Amino acid sequence: MSRVLMAEFDSEDAILSAARLLRARDGIRLEAYTPYRVEGMREALGHSRTRLARAVFWAGLAGAGVGYAMQWWTSAVDFPLDSGGRPPHSAPAFVPIAFELTVLFAALTAFLAAILRSGLPRLWQPVFEIEGFERASIDRFWLKVGVHAADQPELAQELTRAGALRVVEAGGLR
Amino acid sequence: MTPPGREALADRFPLSGPLPSDERALTDLLLEPVQRPAGGARMALLALAAFGTLALFGALGWTFAIGVGTWGNNIPVGWAFGITNFVWWIGIGHAGTFISAILLLFEQSWRTSINRMAEAMTLFAVANAALFPVAHLGRPWFAYWLLPYPATMGVWPNFRSPLVFDVFAISTYGLVSLLFWYLGLVPDFAAARERCRSPRQRFWYGVFALGWRGASRDWERYRKAYFLLGGLAAPLVVSVHSVVSLDFAVTQVPGWHGTLFPPYFVAGAIFSGFAMVLTLLLPARKALGLENVITKRHLDSMSKILLVTGLIVAYSYGVEYFGAWYKGERYEAWTYFNLRPTGRYRVDFWLMVTCNVLVPQLLWSERVCTTPLLLWPVAVLVNVGMWMERFVIIAVSLTQDYVPSAWADYSPTWVDYSLLFGSMGFFVFLFLLFIRWVPSIPIVEMRELRAEHRHGAHRGART
Repeated sequence: MSRVLMAEFDSEDAILSAARLLRARDGIRLEAYTPYRVEGMREALGHSRTRLARAVFWAGLAGAGVGYAMQWWTSAVDFPLDSGGRPPHSAPAFVPIAFELTVLFAALTAFLAAILRSGLPRLWQPVFEIEGFERASIDRFWLKVGVHAADQPELAQELTRAGALRVVEAGGLR
Repeated sequence: MTPPGREALADRFPLSGPLPSDERALTDLLLEPVQRPAGGARMALLALAAFGTLALFGALGWTFAIGVGTWGNNIPVGWAFGITNFVWWIGIGHAGTFISAILLLFEQSWRTSINRMAEAMTLFAVANAALFPVAHLGRPWFAYWLLPYPATMGVWPNFRSPLVFDVFAISTYGLVSLLFWYLGLVPDFAAARERCRSPRQRFWYGVFALGWRGASRDWERYRKAYFLLGGLAAPLVVSVHSVVSLDFAVTQVPGWHGTLFPPYFVAGAIFSGFAMVLTLLLPARKALGLENVITKRHLDSMSKILLVTGLIVAYSYGVEYFGAWYKGERYEAWTYFNLRPTGRYRVDFWLMVTCNVLVPQLLWSERVCTTPLLLWPVAVLVNVGMWMERFVIIAVSLTQDYVPSAWADYSPTWVDYSLLFGSMGFFVFLFLLFIRWVPSIPIVEMRELRAEHRHGAHRGART
């Protein structure tokens, strides 16, 4: 049986040191909610790097391929059109559109990956039910700690010692 | 290592004025423009801009109903106000992308206070620009013919034509600019969702914030996506206007046919765009009371870019003239040495030279760069000059090309003027709605900048 604690901090230094303190423990899951991207937070929570860049790279490559193949197939295979005596497969002239489609595919992937992989768009999130959580998008830093029920009281005390303004148990959160 | 002179500049013009140290107060300060109703002067300007918008759409309706014959264009001047407006507007958009993408990649922290407004300007400029080629098609309801779709006749677009490059370049540019702008806004909408007073605002900002909660994993993805979009948008600045310049450069019209065109047009685009950013920003900064956020340092930095790109444009004019003389091609020599400086459109030409070459030289003076009342007229004149440049290149070159029997003069009609001034009204209209409804200073980026400074100060104290 596991529980979720939410601890509120008033500075990035406080939440970072609390995260570093808990990170090494067994059976603890950490997530932080902050008003801006805190430098070093990913390492402090022990999260892995995002693989978004790799997806964007492949999408860009696909865009280039689709862009070039579309122009080649329509102009040189399906309906060769003699335009000013230029060859049906005019490679240099196909570069600009292939480039634009590279950018388009990559950009769409970057945007959609950032939004969809974060579970957005949503009108409501369970974490919004916590009283005072709205300040997570203004000036407060919240640490979410997933823990075994048995360790819960001890951990709440530890979070308070680490500088948490308050610690609440969040029943609905996983 | 601080480069010489940098220290002194930072001392004289700090990046921000006195701002509240409390994050909540800072957020409220930056959200103030969307909370406070606009004053009388802004409403009057909005009414004027709405009138311009009506003029634009009225003239567009007239064009669609009757045809492009209502414009002054006729062979040999097949391209005139419409394409001039298109190139002018799309160029203006480039400064927004330059500020938001290229300066982001170079970690120029001064971009933070101005990038949102500049990006919004890009979007509105692209929206305006896209109207003109479509209206110019004559039968705009067939605009989809430009796209590769399996048509009954089996024919595809001619992918060797820069006009088809344009379709892909402009639509990609518009979409990427929109995504970049919106992605930057998501966490700011989340801040607005929590801090705005009226329930209606809280509801709508909540919807547009998409349920953003600021989880660390989300921030990592967000930041990566934002930088990648910056990296992807940066080459667009170069590619889009290069493609636009190819519309002219690949033809054989004297005055159009030049290999210089792509870099020349890109520099001109950034030049005109920075002029437009200043034209909008100087009044907005005053009206919204943002003098501590958009400081003299920002004005100074933007003026420097305006000056540098202005010098590149002046140099390009020089190279064009050198080419016209050196090639010894009589038709081109006629265009450059007779038609433009002494012909019927000489006023437009000399206005272009004055506004684009002479006026920016005032920016060597630090006083001009940091005094809004002196800087604003410079920016406005550069806008005028850049419009004239496009007109001189596009329409004037066409009036007299090879065979004198095919020459003809061009004069715009009331529809042309309505479209030009109407599009300016539409642009101002959209911008006014934007500063009233959307957080126009990036709140989250301001927080990050302050956090960085705090840490920098810590480190400085320790070492």
